[in-house]
Amino acid sequence: AAEMFLRLLSDVRWRGAHPNWRGLGVTCSWRSTSGAAEPHLLPLPAQAQVVICGGGIMGTSVAYHLSKMGWKDIVLLEQGRLAAGTTRFCAGIVSTARHMSIELKMADYSNKLYQQLEQETGVNTGYVKTGSVSLAQTQDRLISLRRIAASLRVMGIPCEIITPKQVAQLHPLINIHDLVGAMYVPEDALVSSANVSLALATAASRNGVQIHERTSVSHVSVQKGHVAGVETDRGQIRCQYFVNCAGQWAYELGHSGGEPVNIPLHACEHFYLLTHPLKEPLASNLPTIVDPDGRIYIRNWQGGILSGGFEKNPKPLFTEGRNQLEIQNLQEDWDHFEPLLSALLRRMPDLEALQIMQLVNCPESFTPDMRCIMGESHTVRGYFVLAGMNSAGISYGGGAGKYLAEWMVNGYPTENVWPLDLKRFGALQSSRTFLRHRVMEVMPLMCDLKVPRWDFQTGRQLRTSPLYDRLDAQGARWMEKHGFERVKYFVPPGKDLLDLDQSKTFYKPDWFDIVGSEVKCCKEAVCVIDMSSFTKFEISSTGDQALETLQYLFSNDLDVPVGHVVHTGMLNEKGGYENDCSIARLSKRSFFMISPTDQQVHCWAWMKNRLPDDNSLTLEDVTWKYTALNLIGPRAVDVLSELSYAPMTAEHFPSLFCKEMSVGYANGIRVMSITHTGEPGFVLYIPIEYALHVYNEVMNMGQKYGIRNAGYYALRSLRIEKFFAFWGQDLDAFTTPMECGREFQVKLEKGMQFVGQEALLEQKQNGVYKRFTMFILEDHDTDTDLWPWWGEPIYRNGHYVGKTTSSAYSYTLERHVCLGFVHHFDEKTGEELVVTTDFINQGEFEIDIAGQRFQAKAKLYPFSSLFTQRRRKDEVELSGYQRE
Amino acid sequence: FYLTPPQVNSILKANEYSFKVPEFDGKNVSSVLGFDSNQLPANAPIEDRRSAATCLQTRGMLLGVFDGHAGCACAQAVSERLFYYIAVSLLPHETLLEIENAVESGRALLPILQWHKHPNDYFSKEASKLYFNSLRTYWQELIDLNSGETTDVKEALINAFKRLDNDISLEAQVGDPNSFLNYLVLRVAFSGATACVAHVDGVDLHVANTGDSRAMLGVQEEDGSWSAVNLSYDHNAQNEHEVERVKMEHPKSEEKSLVKQDRLLGLLMPFRAFGDVKFKWSIELQKRVVESGPDQLNDNEYTKFIPPNYHTPPYLTAEPEVIYHRLRPQDKFLVLATDGLWETMHRQDVARIVGEYLTGVHHQQPIAVGGYKVTLGQMHGLLTERRARISSVFEDQNAATHLIRHAVGNNEFGTVDHERLSKMLSLPEELARMYRDDMTIIVVQFNSHVIGACQSEE
Repeated sequence: AAEMFLRLLSDVRWRGAHPNWRGLGVTCSWRSTSGAAEPHLLPLPAQAQVVICGGGIMGTSVAYHLSKMGWKDIVLLEQGRLAAGTTRFCAGIVSTARHMSIELKMADYSNKLYQQLEQETGVNTGYVKTGSVSLAQTQDRLISLRRIAASLRVMGIPCEIITPKQVAQLHPLINIHDLVGAMYVPEDALVSSANVSLALATAASRNGVQIHERTSVSHVSVQKGHVAGVETDRGQIRCQYFVNCAGQWAYELGHSGGEPVNIPLHACEHFYLLTHPLKEPLASNLPTIVDPDGRIYIRNWQGGILSGGFEKNPKPLFTEGRNQLEIQNLQEDWDHFEPLLSALLRRMPDLEALQIMQLVNCPESFTPDMRCIMGESHTVRGYFVLAGMNSAGISYGGGAGKYLAEWMVNGYPTENVWPLDLKRFGALQSSRTFLRHRVMEVMPLMCDLKVPRWDFQTGRQLRTSPLYDRLDAQGARWMEKHGFERVKYFVPPGKDLLDLDQSKTFYKPDWFDIVGSEVKCCKEAVCVIDMSSFTKFEISSTGDQALETLQYLFSNDLDVPVGHVVHTGMLNEKGGYENDCSIARLSKRSFFMISPTDQQVHCWAWMKNRLPDDNSLTLEDVTWKYTALNLIGPRAVDVLSELSYAPMTAEHFPSLFCKEMSVGYANGIRVMSITHTGEPGFVLYIPIEYALHVYNEVMNMGQKYGIRNAGYYALRSLRIEKFFAFWGQDLDAFTTPMECGREFQVKLEKGMQFVGQEALLEQKQNGVYKRFTMFILEDHDTDTDLWPWWGEPIYRNGHYVGKTTSSAYSYTLERHVCLGFVHHFDEKTGEELVVTTDFINQGEFEIDIAGQRFQAKAKLYPFSSLFTQRRRKDEVELSGYQRE
Repeated sequence: FYLTPPQVNSILKANEYSFKVPEFDGKNVSSVLGFDSNQLPANAPIEDRRSAATCLQTRGMLLGVFDGHAGCACAQAVSERLFYYIAVSLLPHETLLEIENAVESGRALLPILQWHKHPNDYFSKEASKLYFNSLRTYWQELIDLNSGETTDVKEALINAFKRLDNDISLEAQVGDPNSFLNYLVLRVAFSGATACVAHVDGVDLHVANTGDSRAMLGVQEEDGSWSAVNLSYDHNAQNEHEVERVKMEHPKSEEKSLVKQDRLLGLLMPFRAFGDVKFKWSIELQKRVVESGPDQLNDNEYTKFIPPNYHTPPYLTAEPEVIYHRLRPQDKFLVLATDGLWETMHRQDVARIVGEYLTGVHHQQPIAVGGYKVTLGQMHGLLTERRARISSVFEDQNAATHLIRHAVGNNEFGTVDHERLSKMLSLPEELARMYRDDMTIIVVQFNSHVIGACQSEE
């Protein structure tokens, strides 16, 4: 470690050259920091616009980007030294080989930023463009790499799939006998992560950011739900914005104040090995090797190698809080490292004779879903977070800092960052036990094969419907969304499915026929799906405030007669979907609102921040109060009318209608004639104590109509073949109703202003730049070809035009259906042009699944023949919807 | 021919048995937590036996291993009968009376022992009546003797051993009208068995030993390391006291012929044993019994053969040496095993292997590279070896199995070598006995909390 200290000292010497740093610490030696002598600490300012806590790569990147965007009144506080935590120990690999498009974009931006950082700041960042080679030991792994390669290429990032022989040419030491292929990304790089962080700090301080080391934040003070200031061990700073970039301490810092901010992340020990140089020292531009099947990465390091990995049995730490061990004192654990060392020697057998320098133990923080955490707290306004990098901090650092800075300055980043948004989590993911168990699953997952429809196995059975046991006993297989257990499908008695591990596939899954029969039953008879996980709010007021507020927040017209249900988007200023919901008008002054499961926190925050600040209006989260049963299929109407002794036909109970009625013995069941699939049917919102009764009644009565249970996979197949978009999957804050054929859900002329109206008006006049399109794969063999998932590139006449957002097999069409957005890029300039109907209708489309292209028929409107013909309340709406 | 690890495991685990003393109200008030036992045959059929039982009319638990020779008949009989003799010896007068009255009036008998048996541990159905009658005679005598004193465990153990051996001898002399039983009692008497039996009652541990099986206490030192304390003396030529005893019991003229090639009369390894009437009866008696016995006995060269220099029988006794030990909290476990184990393993290693297995702590110091020059290859070798040591622990759910794995599979570095294990276990029947002996092991685990509490009460 001594050598690392020396390097750091030389790294920080630049500070002396800059006026802001004069006397700040250059005179103190590294070791004296622990002593009582704190000679020249500059006093903290009494006030600042922004206080950033954490001087690692995240904190400095946020400071850098904020100051670049023109915010100057920024203070960055670091409890120890800049870049001295995880950032100092980080392996320094900048890799763009990421599965998710937003992560890929962050990594790509980071790479470009770091490349020019030395020129910009004069700080040596150690940037070397080495490239990286990701190895595949199995065909499945190669498929996974091909999928990434397809995404990288459409981003303009050079990338190729290469043979084992080519791998051997790229690296002299590598053993290729067990490889089936690899992915080469020539522009990936290595950096000294501490130096990158210091370079960002340099630039930021030149732009006026004040940086104070050896200053610990004890807590954030909050007034009226807004950040008011920061308490430190050296005094108080009043501020408007606080940014928590405290890395693995972010969770604790979030909980330190009176108003807790839940930041669900947990640290795990992470080990990597440093060696002495080889006899013939390795070149510094030798590509980094990633061997996910061996769970390791290997980079060149000062003529030797640096190699670490993600073991199957991680060691979580700091569960009880930080006061156990200091990072510096963490033990090397060779026995724990043994499998990784074996993998290393298997990959590079010639390294046997290489001398060990050190085994570094460097904790990394992991999140419950392997994605980083970014954004504003929903409990404390002005409290921003950027942490939980899942060991990819250096790859994401630049991009993540940029998006967060944009978020703070402009109100939202330039990209859809919902997958990373802090608000995808709530208090329910913040139990220490949950986090400890979950990260033990997440860390190994870093190297596991990422296949479609993966469900986390830990931290389960947290939120369940009252029917959970009943459904489980009938063969339900479960997945989890926002902590809620939902049924995927029901395994019929006597039928066995594959083990979890063996069921991982990119091809046709083993449940294919099971879901097929559930779909068939939805089409021909009636199915019950438990949809209790959906977020349910009630909004009511003493006067007309509820209606007025909702009319302002939602794009459709909510001034409908009592008992009507309206599908509507909750849009942002740019007309993009913040939420997509169904709202029932229960009375003149109260509304019942249903949104996707993972909207529970986001939607709540969005509405709370925009509701009038008086007591006349109440917003209540009633998710837990109701069990929702969806009856889907042509016989749903018969089941329900027999159970309620009320006529349920379209004449008496038209579509998009809501009524409280009795079902069986239970009274006060809120019945709505909506489904989420386009099939005829009803959703029953049942007060939970009646849930079991109503379910039993429905199942008993339904028997003669062939009723059966169904799960979400059937639902998904049905909604995708009907071209129904789902928020969070297809729709996001950057998609407007105009772009996804939902103009009919927007009432521009409803007589009052609403959020996003101007943007939509403009789009209506000028046209849209992307168009939600349905693709039916033509030459795709369901049995033998790779299945589409989502994120597949779409090609029109051989040119890239966009990506898919979801896909499913349509049992009706007997074809795969992909949904996705089509753009129109100018062939010469790459400029985005308006997407016209003709552009879609006159193109030849292909979908690229892991490098193989399949012909696809593009459609802008669903197959009308798939709809069961029913009279609906909104004839106009529907005809508008179906008109081509 | 090579055995895969699962095949090896199925062989090693075939005879394993575990018993946990049940807890009452969440508390285990017994000083014994439970025991693991297992045996690995080398002879076909195996000549070792094992027994474990809880005394129901007195307190305490009995555990024993029995190593048969010249067949398994004697070891089998002793494993079935000895604990009843011990239990009866321990019973107070009133209980004996109660039992006798019950038998007399045909009422249900009070249960004396609760056995803890592996399915392979069988009891002879045919002989049960015969055995019962002998036992009943014994307790009737005890009733008549009624000393009025409370029973001393040590004395009870010695009496029980001697009485059973005596009964074995008598049954063979008297014979039985049933030809099967007649042959059985003769086979029992003409074969032999050693016995090593522990009686645990609270902090009082008695070990009664006859022969060359061994009892060993595993003690955890304050620094966490393990040491072994012997709780029995081997009765064989290596034991000077034992050689001395034998010589004392016979005329000086026989001194040279008594122990030859480390064997009693040049024939028998253990110097004390059950059965083995060839070393106990007079020549005349032997001849008479063999001649009047069934043909199978008569055709057997071994039974007809009279040991050389056989002048002043008996040369052999079943009287045990009894050692008392008062259990302390640092006494964590007791190992009872036949000589098959002790031939291959030093007791210190046994203590360490079992101790580490039971505590789940494998006293491997963490490795630190520090300033040493270590290559990746060297480190890798070291780590795989350490892993092998640990993984063999995780494979076993039974301490006795774990010990057998080490005893059979250990290489020169003290780690289990799968190849060696596989070879040793796949030896053909006729060769197996040359490379290893039958091995029977019981590992009794003590409850330090109970023992500690007993201590502080007094």
